[in-house]
Amino acid sequence: MSVNIGDVKPRPDQRQMSSLIYKYMRPEHLPQIWCPGCGNGIIMRDVVQAIDNLGLRRSNTVIVSGIGCSSRAAGYMDFNTIHTTHGRAIAFATGIKLANPELEVIVIAGDGDISAIGGNHLIHAARRNIGLTVVVMNNNIYGMTGGQYSPTTPTGEFGTTAPYGNLDRSFDIAGLAYGAGASYAARGSAYHVQQTIQLIQDGIRNRGFSIIDVASVCPTYYGRKNKKGDAVEMMKWQRDNAVTVQQAAKMTPEELKGKLVIGLLHHIQYPEFTFKYTELIRQLAEEREENE
Amino acid sequence: MSKMEMRLAGSGGQGVILASVILAEAAVQAGKYTAQSQSYGPEARGGSCKAETLISDEPIGFTKVQSPDFLMVLTQKSLEVYTKKLSPECMILMDESLKVPEDFPFEHVVRLPILETAREKVGRQQTANIVAIGAINELLHLTERETMEKAVLMHVPAGTESINQKALAEGEKLVVSA
Amino acid sequence: MGKIVLMQGNEACVEGAIAAGMRLYAGYPITPSTEIAELSSIRLPQVGGKFIQMEDEIASIACCIGGSVAGVKSMTATSGPGFSLKQENLGYACLAEIPLVLVDVQRTGPSTGMPTSPSQGDVMMTRWGTHGDHPMIVLSPSSVRETYDLAIRAFNLSEKYRTPVILLMDEIIGHLREGVELPDPEDIEIVNRPTVEYPEVKRKPYHMKKGQMVPAMAPFGKGQRYNITGLIHDESGFPTNSNEEAEKLIWRLMHKISDNYQKIVRVEQVGMEDAEVVIFCYGGTMRAAITAMQEARAKGIRCGIFRPITIWPFAEKELAEAVKEKKKIVVAEHNYGQLLYEVERIVRGECPVSFVGKYNGTVITPAEILAKVEEEL
Repeated sequence: MSVNIGDVKPRPDQRQMSSLIYKYMRPEHLPQIWCPGCGNGIIMRDVVQAIDNLGLRRSNTVIVSGIGCSSRAAGYMDFNTIHTTHGRAIAFATGIKLANPELEVIVIAGDGDISAIGGNHLIHAARRNIGLTVVVMNNNIYGMTGGQYSPTTPTGEFGTTAPYGNLDRSFDIAGLAYGAGASYAARGSAYHVQQTIQLIQDGIRNRGFSIIDVASVCPTYYGRKNKKGDAVEMMKWQRDNAVTVQQAAKMTPEELKGKLVIGLLHHIQYPEFTFKYTELIRQLAEEREENE
Repeated sequence: MSKMEMRLAGSGGQGVILASVILAEAAVQAGKYTAQSQSYGPEARGGSCKAETLISDEPIGFTKVQSPDFLMVLTQKSLEVYTKKLSPECMILMDESLKVPEDFPFEHVVRLPILETAREKVGRQQTANIVAIGAINELLHLTERETMEKAVLMHVPAGTESINQKALAEGEKLVVSA
Repeated sequence: MGKIVLMQGNEACVEGAIAAGMRLYAGYPITPSTEIAELSSIRLPQVGGKFIQMEDEIASIACCIGGSVAGVKSMTATSGPGFSLKQENLGYACLAEIPLVLVDVQRTGPSTGMPTSPSQGDVMMTRWGTHGDHPMIVLSPSSVRETYDLAIRAFNLSEKYRTPVILLMDEIIGHLREGVELPDPEDIEIVNRPTVEYPEVKRKPYHMKKGQMVPAMAPFGKGQRYNITGLIHDESGFPTNSNEEAEKLIWRLMHKISDNYQKIVRVEQVGMEDAEVVIFCYGGTMRAAITAMQEARAKGIRCGIFRPITIWPFAEKELAEAVKEKKKIVVAEHNYGQLLYEVERIVRGECPVSFVGKYNGTVITPAEILAKVEEEL
């Protein structure tokens, strides 16, 4: 496959960058704003690699984001990109997909964004099985606002609004989505690059609602507040504590405590929403012709 | 008739709003101006419900009934509520099952077995509103019979045309025989 | 001559919108606007368009913005509580310059209020409901037929200026049925948004030529890959913290509407040539005003009506002109007094202002307006 670098002419200092950057990123808007050691950059690259592996056309691909650290990804990526309001990325994406089902619509969101303020949109888009792929940069904290606990902060851990430890239980975002009807749900991690790329790729290929909940790392807030060490330590934690879905199936709940289960969690095929709607329009047109 | 202000009242589910819409439809079909509106509470069934149709030869400004020329009531409660501030000249059509209050000051009171006719003669309680329309048109001569029938057929569910035609005819008969 | 058909205000809104090119409706059920969703769900797939019932009010307007970004004319309808919920994304559409039509069929508030009762209590909220400085175009119909026309006009203005337009209805008109004669489709003027015919990737979506006030950008998927954001952005569409760029953007957003005041503002004036007393009203209240005016004239009072059809921008110039040498202006609206203050600001001692307001869920009657018209005359 020939590499079409399009309008982006590499400057001399960019020649060192990966071909993925010329091809799919907006180098003029880099470097990104994420902190050193943040996992979001890795996950953004995973998305781009999955897109490249699938050979998606840039002009036919839409990246939708909400608000928060994760949301900045859209601006760095050279597709049709829209940075929406907090929590509403899936609802915006639903309109885009419904208006033009030919578009490949990928939502990049954060844990607070998608499961707190945007939780309602998540479960209902999953229920509708509308053809969106949602990639969650799940860092267990509200980073952009300075480290408040999120719906995925584990019980007992700390945030700037959980000074005595988080009293809430935490959400399993992928589980929530497939419980609500998503046809594809998977979990990856910032450390497990190859696996995560494959999971995102399969999610995009799924005709229906797909969610890939990817464990990110936030050394600046979550890590510091909870004494998780630096970014390297946090990545090592992912390496050492991840178990595959297959391994997890053989483990007891006690053994699974504190583990990160990664892999394909759920995949079921049923008709996609915009496909069904297009069918309805076709049917009505046929009936009209018959009546005329 | 230059202007007719009509109010229909009953309980939700009796089809009072639809009756009011059909009267407005007939007016349109007859080339007249009309304004139709309704007020109702949160109940889909059983709450009190009021619908209004204005019919005029002139364009209509205010769209609500100010001083009704005609009032139909199908429940005792609506009879009590809507006859309170009424001009004695207003014609009142009430279902025969309702009790006429003492000191009822109205000159034109028509009592007809609308609900019973729908139930017994037409064979379907839900057609009471169409029975009422037959009676109202016979009483007020709003439009030609054919026009009213057309209006009814435009608004009843497909498959119920003949039973509603029957209901309309039975409503007319109630007035003719009264 | 077309055929006259009996039609409800909410129905006319849908038919007008479809005539204007609406092909996506996203909504959430709420009284008294629900018929707009119901009819859209029937009609849109018949014309190749799409209807979606979203999970909430916020999602509904978000979905419309998404649809519009992909190039499809989109509409949502709601009432008070839902209108409150939509405010954030309404501001997004203003700032990102995404056309859409938002219908608000007003009901008595605040809060859940009286869902089936008429009100005009949202009129100031249509102007200032979303945070930050922003322009807003709001149109308010006073008959079923006008609802049809204004639904079309709402889309046309929205497309032309790339800004959300609010069709501000009330329960009086939304639930009113009247006979209407609809125009021939060929006679309807349709405006489509400024776009880019041959999209090129390099083109900056918000780039303006000299004198240009409204950006031209292609729908997503046509080749012009650009970024849209609710952050203050420069002409490239990317966020900026530049204070100069912020000022430039907000100034242009405000001026793309205010500079076109004459093209946007429409008023109806009835009997104003010889009037000594003016009734100021809008939306459904007009119907009581017409009857009140007729009754006043029958009593020998020279009464006229001034009705803004475009509520925002406010018809300041026309109103200032209209009240010259009048004895009195009577403001009638279904609220505790909202546009009243706008009128007072414009009239400024030119003539006395009196007020008929209702906020109990009932309709202002012609008699109530007439009483104010006759008062101290």
